[in-house]
Amino acid sequence: MKVIIAAGTPGAGKTAVLLNTIKQVRKQHQVAVVKIDCLYTEDHIRFFSIGVPALLGLSKDMCPDHYTIFNTGEMIEFAEKHKAEMLVIETAGLCHRCAPYTSNSLGVCVIDATTGPNTPLKVGPFLSTANTVVITKGDVISQAEREIFRERVLEMNPSCRIIEANGLTGKGATELAACFEDAAEFSYDEERLRHNAPFSICTLCVGETRVHQQFHRGVIRHLNGVQEYLGE
Amino acid sequence: MIQSISILAGKNKVGLAERFSEIHIDAGEIIGIVGPTGSGKSALIEDIEQLAQRDTTSSRQILLNGKVPDADLRFDPKKKLVAQLSQNMNFLADMTVDEFLRLHAKCRGKDSLLSEKVIYYANSLTGEPIRKDMNLTVLSGGQSRSLMVADVAFISDSPVVLIDEIENAGIKKHEALELLSGNGKIILVVTHDPVLALLTQRRLVMRKGGVEKILTTTEDEKRLSVYLNQVDRELFTIREQVRHGEEISLEASSVASVTENIIG
Ligand SMILES: Nc1nc2c(ncn2[C@@H]2O[C@H](COP(=O)(O)OP(=O)(O)O)[C@@H](O)[C@H]2O)c(=O)[nH]1
Ligand SMILES: Nc1ncnc2c1ncn2[C@@H]1O[C@H](COP(=O)(O)OP(=O)(O)O)[C@@H](O)[C@H]1O
Ligand SMILES: [Mg+2]
Ligand SMILES: [Mg+2]
Ligand SMILES: [Zn+2]
Repeated sequence: MKVIIAAGTPGAGKTAVLLNTIKQVRKQHQVAVVKIDCLYTEDHIRFFSIGVPALLGLSKDMCPDHYTIFNTGEMIEFAEKHKAEMLVIETAGLCHRCAPYTSNSLGVCVIDATTGPNTPLKVGPFLSTANTVVITKGDVISQAEREIFRERVLEMNPSCRIIEANGLTGKGATELAACFEDAAEFSYDEERLRHNAPFSICTLCVGETRVHQQFHRGVIRHLNGVQEYLGE
Repeated sequence: MIQSISILAGKNKVGLAERFSEIHIDAGEIIGIVGPTGSGKSALIEDIEQLAQRDTTSSRQILLNGKVPDADLRFDPKKKLVAQLSQNMNFLADMTVDEFLRLHAKCRGKDSLLSEKVIYYANSLTGEPIRKDMNLTVLSGGQSRSLMVADVAFISDSPVVLIDEIENAGIKKHEALELLSGNGKIILVVTHDPVLALLTQRRLVMRKGGVEKILTTTEDEKRLSVYLNQVDRELFTIREQVRHGEEISLEASSVASVTENIIG
């Protein structure tokens, strides 16, 4: 299975870009989507409405990125149940310190060009460790500002593939669909985080980068909402 | 270098093949795109911007110099040959005009002294002076559009320029097209404005998502275009007089056609 993890600040256009891209990809592949948020979202309904199996996970009081990492196995199970060849995860996108990409997932950073040319310098690991950086909303800024923005993205992540997309018209979806196709095979047993998660109250908070659930301790919430304490 | 662009027909919104096989556009040409709202004008522009290879909703294919373009021309934003200008575009960066233009010139590997030139030409397109120490975010629609046009002409300097409905911007349209079309650029301009539409050599008429027909500007239309340009320039002058709080006198008016038609 291929796993695509999309991160980016709220309102950057993640759902819009993913919807357009999934419409292309699913001509050839079965796709499943998991949307992670903290308290509330209707994004999963937007995915349902184009007919893809979609699951919502709400992290409540757990860091949403920690929650995403912790529940990777459960998300894979959901995708397998729907015979999906690709699992697309849309993260909550709240935290500038976290980057939920793993070694073999395709890390997609969605970033809004209207937030100004200094934004790429500020956002941290979810930009600098991404494979593909999708720049949205270029339709409302000048050519010059787009070019400066793009240059700043490359300063932070020189090896990334940049796609200039438009969530409203679907521009860029074909290119992003090709990146999905080229993603590596995900291996749940061996996945590692590219960037360690910041401190909080579980083992991930103290620097654990192994993904498998057996390595985690602390206060943990499952995809199905059940919260438990793992450990001594 | 780009000598030509070819648009190979795709299908319209109801799935019917477009009624042409190829539209060939040579360097230096200005092409208009007309049609009602929803007829597919912006979609056609996006196909060209993306150098579509039968992989967009329209299934059109775009060739450069008669050949399928290299993948990196399509996908590497740094190598993109196409600049776009539209009514919706604004400057959002919190910088002065001069800082911004220097930064852009640096990104493009050009001399930062180009900033002066861009501001000079931008000022030839708008009635409201742009100063280099102004903040970008305070510029009016007309000032912003003029600066974008001059920037695309001298700093981005892309061989293909796509313009999506800039008619209401309050800039000198004829001069703007002239500035952009220098150096053999190919220009496609989406417009409902007769001043711009008749300045083009050909216009593609859109309907239901497809190119319905292709009109070549006639001799009559060219004569009309000269007249419309004069009217447009006069309107521009009167607009500036109104803006500056002047009283407009018909007797002293520098506006020839007004004098002719109203006073006789
Ligand atoms: N102008 C413009 N608006 C966009 C673009 N992409 C997304 N949007 C709008 O931005 C808003 C937030 O998009 P959404 O996909 O929900 O963002 P998310 O929170 O990152 O999933 C919506 O109103 C979209 O219609 C774009 O490329 N251009
Ligand atoms: N050839 C086509 N096939 C399918 N859909 C199309 C085609 N051309 C345009 N569309 C769709 O029709 C809608 C209106 O097109 P648009 O280009 O925005 O029109 P305009 O700019 O003329 O107002 C858009 O949603 C666009 O994606
Ligand atoms: Mg969303
Ligand atoms: Mg349009
Ligand atoms: Zn976090």
